Amino acid sequence: MHKPEPDKFKIPVGPQHPALKEPEGFSVALKGEKIMGLEIRLGYNHRGIEKACEERTYIQDLYLIERVCGICSHSHSTCFVQAVEEIAAVEVPKRALYIRTLIGELERVHSHLLWLGVAGHEIGFDTLLMYAWRDREIVMDLLALITGNRVNYGMNTIGGVRRDISKEQAEEVLKGINILEERTKYYIEIATQETTIIKRLSGVGIISHEDALKLDAVGPTARASGVNRDVRYNDPYAAYGEITFNVITDTHNDVYGRTLVRVKELMESYQIIRQCLKKIPDGPILTKVPRKIPIGEATSRYEAPRGEDVHYVKSNGSEKPERVKIRAPTLANIQAVKHMLKDRFLADMPIVIAAIDPCFSCTDRSVSLENPGDRNKEIMTWHALRTYSIEWYKKQGIDFTELNNNLKNKLERR
Amino acid sequence: MRPGKMIKEVLRSIIKKPATNLYPAEELAMPHNFRGKLIFHPEKCVGCKLCMKDCPTGAITINKVGEKQFQAVIDLGKCIYCAQCVDSCLKKALETTKNVELAQLDANKLKVTFSGESKTGIENKTP
Ligand code: SF4
Ligand code: SF4
Repeated sequence: MHKPEPDKFKIPVGPQHPALKEPEGFSVALKGEKIMGLEIRLGYNHRGIEKACEERTYIQDLYLIERVCGICSHSHSTCFVQAVEEIAAVEVPKRALYIRTLIGELERVHSHLLWLGVAGHEIGFDTLLMYAWRDREIVMDLLALITGNRVNYGMNTIGGVRRDISKEQAEEVLKGINILEERTKYYIEIATQETTIIKRLSGVGIISHEDALKLDAVGPTARASGVNRDVRYNDPYAAYGEITFNVITDTHNDVYGRTLVRVKELMESYQIIRQCLKKIPDGPILTKVPRKIPIGEATSRYEAPRGEDVHYVKSNGSEKPERVKIRAPTLANIQAVKHMLKDRFLADMPIVIAAIDPCFSCTDRSVSLENPGDRNKEIMTWHALRTYSIEWYKKQGIDFTELNNNLKNKLERR
Repeated sequence: MRPGKMIKEVLRSIIKKPATNLYPAEELAMPHNFRGKLIFHPEKCVGCKLCMKDCPTGAITINKVGEKQFQAVIDLGKCIYCAQCVDSCLKKALETTKNVELAQLDANKLKVTFSGESKTGIENKTP
């Protein structure tokens, strides 16, 4: 342990607190309001999923893997089945690949809309939260319509998908997508024209192009720093090889850039969904795969809404895998957060952490302010930190009250 | 904000239909593919136990109760409603329903037994 410096405050954020849903530990060293250093500790939420996978059959693992994350459940299960299918050398029917792509994109739409709402909430723009989450219901209903359930869709199985999509369902999806496209255009308008948002998010959480490469940031976090990387494009899986779309990048390098990348990616997703429904071939949706998977190993990559997801599977010729390794995108991005917050203010912490869209962004969290010199302690909840952040920015002249009211009035007039 | 605006909103809210559903008076429509509580058709079951093997949580148990007669015990507290057992069963002896009202105060009641003799797949009320 190093000696505490008397003029520095150390703030532990987490890891355990009754209000915390996902335990993560942050220790922030402060000088005044300035962040001098940030320590991140992961691993409090270790569930032993990888080990549990070794003790179950491939079919049972499907459902376990799906529960790695509630939001990107389809991402994880697709990534896993791709690896198993590669080892078993199965040819997955085209129709199944298109259905996987379709669900994957619907999932991205719901995840990005969710993020938009959370980001709005963290900066005090709650009207955006209400709007974005209301619109998100449309895509949640579409997912339920096709897969049967709102979360943990259970669509994938080794060798294909478990449910087909009918003509009527496809039409419903198109209808929903049309509404969402209009809404997204409106969000792009807000994001590019509303000065309050631009001011609040610009220059916050900067990570340069070089640093993003060096720290191996993934997904929208990297793409907002001009890193032209997208697994869907660079290493096409499922049906992405037959679909045209743009990889959205931005050179703002900050939270504003990440917002733009995400809202513009929504527009691309709508195009991908339309192409999927147009090009989807007829035919079977499942190839039968023997229960025993031959000896081999494979790595599979998938562009989850938060970035590149990597699964590694090693088989030993039995019904159960020998080893499963999962690298979720948040792990790749978490180091970048440390960089983004260096020399920034405490008030930026909520939005910068939320901007990588970590799996713990929506949780209530406790912060205790502690002065190692005189043992004075101050406890701050995540809610208090957020309020502090909003008030701090109000003093800098960035206030969302007027914008919230304007939008509310606009809604009332309709 | 002008007070006039508020009054309009208040008046509109008085006549507006509530945004929430009148549950449980009005039943919610579940999507077509919804995976709810399972039912078992004993007359179709051949006792291969593939469903038991593939169930990720070990929620389903098939017991032999007589000559070519099988009984299913499903632990609704363990079941994650993935419907893998329905997919695995080659005889279509298992089926999902749209029933979601499964809450119980007594944990033992979550264990339902589908009798092997019943031709209808109705669960035994007294296990
Ligand atoms: S329910 Fe189906 S899978 Fe299960 S034992 Fe009976 S026949 Fe076999
Ligand atoms: S639905 Fe899934 S968890 Fe439930 S009994 Fe069937 S296989 Fe097991």
